[in-house]
Amino acid sequence: MIAVQGLTKRYGRTTAVDRLSFEVRPGQVTGFLGPNGAGKSTTMRVIMGLDAADGGRATVGGRAYQQLRWPLREVGAMLEARSFHPGRTGRSHLRALAASNDIPAARVEEVLDVVGLSAVAGRRAGTYSLGMAQRLGVAAALLGDPGVLLLDEPVNGLDPEGIRWIRGLLGGLAAQGRTVFVSSHLISEIAQAAGPLVVIGQGRLLAQTTVTELSRQAASLEDAFLDLTSASVAYHGRMS
Amino acid sequence: MTSAVGTTTTRPGGPGGAPSGHYRFRGIARMEWIKLRSLRSVRWTALGTAVIMIGLGMLVLHLAVARWGHMSRADQRIFDPVNNGFTGLALAQLAAAAVGVLAVTSEYSSGMIRATLAAAPGRVRLALAKAAVLAAAVLLIGEVLAFVTFFASEAMLHAPVPRATLATPGALRAVVLAGAYLALIALIGVGAGLIIRHSAAAITTLCVVILLLPALTLPFSTSVQHATQKFLPEIIAENSLTAVKPIPYSLTPWMGLAVLMLYAAVVVGAGTWLLARRDA
Repeated sequence: MIAVQGLTKRYGRTTAVDRLSFEVRPGQVTGFLGPNGAGKSTTMRVIMGLDAADGGRATVGGRAYQQLRWPLREVGAMLEARSFHPGRTGRSHLRALAASNDIPAARVEEVLDVVGLSAVAGRRAGTYSLGMAQRLGVAAALLGDPGVLLLDEPVNGLDPEGIRWIRGLLGGLAAQGRTVFVSSHLISEIAQAAGPLVVIGQGRLLAQTTVTELSRQAASLEDAFLDLTSASVAYHGRMS
Repeated sequence: MTSAVGTTTTRPGGPGGAPSGHYRFRGIARMEWIKLRSLRSVRWTALGTAVIMIGLGMLVLHLAVARWGHMSRADQRIFDPVNNGFTGLALAQLAAAAVGVLAVTSEYSSGMIRATLAAAPGRVRLALAKAAVLAAAVLLIGEVLAFVTFFASEAMLHAPVPRATLATPGALRAVVLAGAYLALIALIGVGAGLIIRHSAAAITTLCVVILLLPALTLPFSTSVQHATQKFLPEIIAENSLTAVKPIPYSLTPWMGLAVLMLYAAVVVGAGTWLLARRDA
């Protein structure tokens, strides 16, 4: 379970996350929604211990990330697809990460197979397309067979087949009783996979709801989402 | 798959949950070792450095033979074949510094740092593991390189030029400290990388410290130069560590080594402290 309590994070004078509280429970894919700049990535960075909170706290299974005993075996995360050195092969990248948490090298081959990268695992990761980089990120998240998964915009760069694949994968992982927390700025990407939703805007919680509940509030799910977030969109374009 | 110690039924997700205990320094060190050896750039740098360091040593001593007849008695007397054989150390140190810097800064430029910190969130442990692995690897390569350089360049000498062997007083110490110097410079590189986090800025800073600082003392009086230059890394390497015939106004070899170790400890310590405090 992921618990965020009164979380505040500032960068200089900008408040990226403002007294945000929510919980993510196991067994279902939970969507993390909000327009660009809403604070989704910042929240995930704080949960992962990459950035320190200015107020409040974020815990995974009751503990701060830095207190986890076997981080990769407890939490699997993909914050940005390109979180690897371009000069290293996909396989070496995963082997290095596996070694840190005493994960057997055989598991590297398993996750490569799960994400469909076995054939290109010996290639330098810098040559991977965005979709392949995304798959390598998912492989790294799955490496420790963790009970909690955190993915920031995982469908970015995936082709339609890839999007369908990741939906199925995440749904399957949640059905096994894992906690799966997935961010997106597009409601349509998440609607088919997610049950519960955490919706934020300008760093604040707008709603903790479900896909079913939200779609009842307007003609379409997209309309309901836009109604909810319209007041907190940071950048407006014009139609003409 | 993994041992089922500590398994609970509330976590059907994992393979029976994580084993008992917790991730350790040894695991992080293994991660850092795999990272280091899986980059082609590191291998090419080591190879290039070897060619330059050995080649320059051979060239300089080869030229010494040709020059010997034209040298004054006094110059012949202070001619130090060991020290001259390590001329290439001046360039090798830049490679060692760059490898140390890039081991850290490439993590930031590529985004690898996110994956690394997800695997090993204990930042002090991570910084120390990275520093230890890099120092050990560079020490090993540096020692091999120093011995090969010594034998290859001494082989260029023949009568009447005096040739050093490992039995020459101070020679073995000079060779061992030449290798150790590279490891210490690599450590300073790691520290600078942790502090500065940008490849170009960190490498430039180290080049200034290593190559330019000695020149910056030149406008000052001789007494100021004598008092300060001996503490600069480059001068310690040249005049203290690898010198067999004592050079005036320089630290003793072991004092030089101690000063360099102090520098490395301070820079790595500061970098570790900053890594632990700053947002990644």
